[in-house]
Amino acid sequence: MVASRNNGHSKKAFAEFMLNRRRMLALGGMAAGAGTLAACGDNTGREEQGDGVSLLQWYHEYGEAGTQEAAKGYAADYPDANVTVEWIPGDYDAALSSGLLTDDAPDVFESHLNRGMVEAGQIVPLDDLIADVIDDIPEGDLIRNTIDGTVYGINMIDDPQYIVYRPSLFEAAGITAPPTTFDELIDIATELTTADVKGIDFGAAGGTDRLGQHMINSLGLSFIGADMQAGFNDPRMAEGAEAVKRLNDSGALLLGAPTDWWDPSSMIQGLTAMSWTGLWTMPALIENLGDDIGIFPCPGFVGGTPTVYNGGWATFVNANSKNVDAAKAFTKWLWVDNTEAILDWCLSYGFHIPSRLSLRAEADQLTSGPAAEAVAISEEYGWADNPDWTPAMNTAVNDMMSNIAIEGNDPEAELAKAVETVNSELDGIFG
Amino acid sequence: MAVTDKTADPAPAAAGTSRRPRRRRTLGGRNLAFCYFVGPFLLGLIIFTYIPVGWSAYLSLFDARNTVTPTADDFVGIDNYAEMLTNPDFRRSLITFTVFAAIIVPITFASSLGLALAVNRVRLARAFFRSVFFLPFACSYVVASLVWKMSIFAGVRYGMANTVLGWFGIEDIPWLFGNDPPWFWLVIATLRLWIQCGFYMILFIAALQQIPEHLYEAAYVDGAKPGWQTFWHITLPQLRASSVAVLMLVLIAAYQAFDEFWNLLPNSGNVPYARTPLVYLFHTSLGTSQDLGRGSAGALILALLIAIVTLFQGKILGFGKPEGR
Repeated sequence: MVASRNNGHSKKAFAEFMLNRRRMLALGGMAAGAGTLAACGDNTGREEQGDGVSLLQWYHEYGEAGTQEAAKGYAADYPDANVTVEWIPGDYDAALSSGLLTDDAPDVFESHLNRGMVEAGQIVPLDDLIADVIDDIPEGDLIRNTIDGTVYGINMIDDPQYIVYRPSLFEAAGITAPPTTFDELIDIATELTTADVKGIDFGAAGGTDRLGQHMINSLGLSFIGADMQAGFNDPRMAEGAEAVKRLNDSGALLLGAPTDWWDPSSMIQGLTAMSWTGLWTMPALIENLGDDIGIFPCPGFVGGTPTVYNGGWATFVNANSKNVDAAKAFTKWLWVDNTEAILDWCLSYGFHIPSRLSLRAEADQLTSGPAAEAVAISEEYGWADNPDWTPAMNTAVNDMMSNIAIEGNDPEAELAKAVETVNSELDGIFG
Repeated sequence: MAVTDKTADPAPAAAGTSRRPRRRRTLGGRNLAFCYFVGPFLLGLIIFTYIPVGWSAYLSLFDARNTVTPTADDFVGIDNYAEMLTNPDFRRSLITFTVFAAIIVPITFASSLGLALAVNRVRLARAFFRSVFFLPFACSYVVASLVWKMSIFAGVRYGMANTVLGWFGIEDIPWLFGNDPPWFWLVIATLRLWIQCGFYMILFIAALQQIPEHLYEAAYVDGAKPGWQTFWHITLPQLRASSVAVLMLVLIAAYQAFDEFWNLLPNSGNVPYARTPLVYLFHTSLGTSQDLGRGSAGALILALLIAIVTLFQGKILGFGKPEGR
């Protein structure tokens, strides 16, 4: 689910960036300064200092206070190279994709794996780095970083996405348990809708930009089948899409909120009783709503299971780096061996789940309350990205959902269209 | 007419022979000055426009994913063009644009001309009104989009538009969601009008001030009444060259619509019912997709389309002919 994941994260980054208003002015100044310096051609962060190797590392802008200093701190602690950390605000995915085509590309960077990067020879295999800890890495985190049996990325954090609700509003309406099927969710959302509070916030697109992908996983189907064709050509998909249309028609959706789903404002401001969200909003929700939050996975469609999307970030090494070996050594030191830094990165600033099973048990913050629930549902119902699933394929599924739920088009015809688009993309890549 | 005097100044021809030696002496200096003035601009044009366009044309013939230097194996001929032209999403984006242009071009034209006429007639604080209407042009589309999205047209109860409608008992409207009814066109059209009307108003004011007063006086002597009659028979014909230029600029700007769609609509404008050509191309080749071959083909198809429409429009309306003929 490349695009929705990436969009989600860029947007999340943007939201966090916007929230941090004081830093906006500083950044504006910095951007102008950086532009001037870059024009002189001496700010690539790669000058050889002393006799050590110099490496450049890129991060997207994490919004939690202290993350940038932490990242720089890890880099400064590394004894075998001068590592310069660059913090990229705004549309990180676009900046990275174009940056990798140039000589000023980072040696080490965080991203999400896709086949295009491998085929273009942009990243190196990292199997040898994780060989010793491979059993400690959750299976989904390995699968999403593997293409044709080779591991290219090491997951740094897991960010499950789920639905958050206000238990007090459930109790007041006499609802005893969170919904387990999507139809129940529609009923509850409708029940909880009042003049001032909507039932659920699925984001600006009313959920059409993610529910199709959840449906595929809920029904036990796959994005891409073993025959390298669309793996979701199943009539239950059309049926599930009609449920999304019912939700869209119910009047229970919060639409047009000033912030999108990745920002918890609509929950905090009491505009909605439930909201789609991710683990990163947990600290803000707890701070503002106290004990009055509960979470549940995306309910199942048409008799399928509930689902949780496991987002997150992985780290990669640029194949065109002048110091591939040094970059790999740094990556192993920071994201494989340095468990102290990994735990610090996941838990000291925001809430993320470490991509290492042994570390999850060690973290007190993740063993109680809604955060523990998030870890549990992420492990039980979680699905992760397929690196062969391209943004174009993802858009085809989103368009299908939008055309059915918002425009009321014929579900079977739209499903057939999406399958055809995905198949022609796949034929282009594997044919 | 007065305007034609400028174009047919006979003086240089008459003074020809006697001035020739002096002119030859300054020829080198003039050339140098020409180079100084035009050089940097030309260099920028070549580096930032012509080379990328040429490169794009080259890429459009290859299966270029995640690369700007494809190898000979990736050569696919005109496949990318065929794919883009048969792609229902790209074609739908062209239809979206056509709807957008059909709304925005006539309204922008009429509003900026109306504003120009009004401001030109004002006797008091003319500079003030001119600046006030022109100022929004200095505002970025991104900033304006955020204001429109988060305060004026927020879909929640405290959004400005919804608050006003609430006084009349009308329920909250999610302005930017879905297309039934397509309220988002109202948001997008008002934003663009607010930003660009002032600029075209300035162009019209400049042209209005070029219309010689004696034409109106002559018309009044012949019995024409001020108002609609003189506007229709004198003002509008005199504004023809400017009108054609404004129409063309508005239309091209509409083709290139991106910022407000990206910032206002759900999912970065990547929604099937309101995807403009540039939003579509961005998601094809500049996001994480990096399908630069197809993206380039689409961009060139779009450029060709703009060129054809512009030429066609120029042919019908007579672009480049002097005012008032």
